[in-house]
Amino acid sequence: VWRPDRPLGPYDTTEAVTPYREATTYNNFYEFGLGKDDPVRLAGSLRTRPWTVSIDGEVRKPQTVDLGTLQSWFPLEDRIYRMRCVEGWSMVMPWLGFPLAALLRRVEPTGQAKYVQFTALHDPEQFPGQRSDVLDWPYVEGLRLDEAMHPLTLMAVGLQGRVLLPQNGAPLRLVVPWKYGFKSIKSVVRITLTREQPRTTWSAAAPDEYGFYANVNPAVDHPRWSQASERRIGELGRRPTLPFNGYAEEVAHLYAGMDLRQFF
Amino acid sequence: MTVQPAARVARRPLPWLVPGVTAGGLLPVALMLLDAWTGALGANPVQRALHQTGLLALVLLILSLACTPLRLVFRWTWTARIRRALGLLAFGYAALHFLIYLFDQGFVPGTILTDVLERPFITVGFTALLLLVPLALTSRADSVRRLGFARWQRLHQLVYVSVSLAALHYWWGVKKDHTAPLMYALVIAALFAVRVVWKRRQPVRGRATQPGD
Repeated sequence: VWRPDRPLGPYDTTEAVTPYREATTYNNFYEFGLGKDDPVRLAGSLRTRPWTVSIDGEVRKPQTVDLGTLQSWFPLEDRIYRMRCVEGWSMVMPWLGFPLAALLRRVEPTGQAKYVQFTALHDPEQFPGQRSDVLDWPYVEGLRLDEAMHPLTLMAVGLQGRVLLPQNGAPLRLVVPWKYGFKSIKSVVRITLTREQPRTTWSAAAPDEYGFYANVNPAVDHPRWSQASERRIGELGRRPTLPFNGYAEEVAHLYAGMDLRQFF
Repeated sequence: MTVQPAARVARRPLPWLVPGVTAGGLLPVALMLLDAWTGALGANPVQRALHQTGLLALVLLILSLACTPLRLVFRWTWTARIRRALGLLAFGYAALHFLIYLFDQGFVPGTILTDVLERPFITVGFTALLLLVPLALTSRADSVRRLGFARWQRLHQLVYVSVSLAALHYWWGVKKDHTAPLMYALVIAALFAVRVVWKRRQPVRGRATQPGD
């Protein structure tokens, strides 16, 4: 049960949580459609049980596991994270999930593993948006292994103490709070550890606009709009966007020596 | 006075035409205000209002451009009477669209200047609006008389540039699916084509009937 008054963890933001209604009705999830209200409207078509996740690639213990089993392996944690969309709006989301690092340690990455590739469900029967080829389905995202192992990186199964709704990426989604929202892939069915950098959906669809890293960065603009500020959903004005979405202290060291204009 | 005597206006067919178009054109503003009041603009009302006013401006501009082709093809005369109202409504929505954009950016001059000068997406949209300003200023019936018809007509051909830039602005504003902007561009192209074809076919008569618009 979601308790707004529970003691805060080290990674929790104290900013006002986005109301559940807004967080579950204003969503980008192209698998359902391009409109912000398509996901909530069409959410009923997704069957989230039974659900299995395959973990393969450069791991010593590749396996396909039922979601219930997967969840039982790790204690679920509350994490109140900022979420910044590349379009210039943001929310504060109380996720419920487990660190991706815990899962990766369990399957034992080999010494060759450098990246983690995530694949979302591909089923036009359940995802009406996949009947159009607006993106190259299935949706694929990726992280560098050290990004994936970072304690902030979460696999979420709930929001505000409730089971994740389809429009929010049920039943299992990635949450990487210092990156633009499109990196946090929804409805994950496969996690593959790779030697090479994965070809991710948005960076392949529009390479000049969406990079592999996609770290929130007010100093690197999208070609068509500034990323210096954002609208927090529920507010009329704009607020300045923070480097790494406010998580610079935790993650900036991962990118030491990298030109973030080149690796945007 | 170039304004027609009231008696003659009253005898015209469809006397409700211009007031009706004006009221219909303003209805979306009323609906948007109502939606804003009840929270029906959704989680991101500023963005919703921005998109809706932009789209309405483009639709009304296209409708104003459709008046002459419709008159030429179907010999409808009433379309000429609503052209001015449609054009002014389009300008009004474009101006509102720009105002909402300024509000969205917090009226910060630096951000807005960078957008207008350095981001082609914003540059073309801003130019499209700018080009409509002289047209709105010379939309009164007596402007035609003061400028002379030929000059007035040449000035108002700027609307072709404006609508093309507006369509490009829409195209660039869309994140992924270009179906809708493509539809609008095709309609604009078709309206241009009708004019060009008509002018080629009946150059003399076409020109002779124009001043009666």
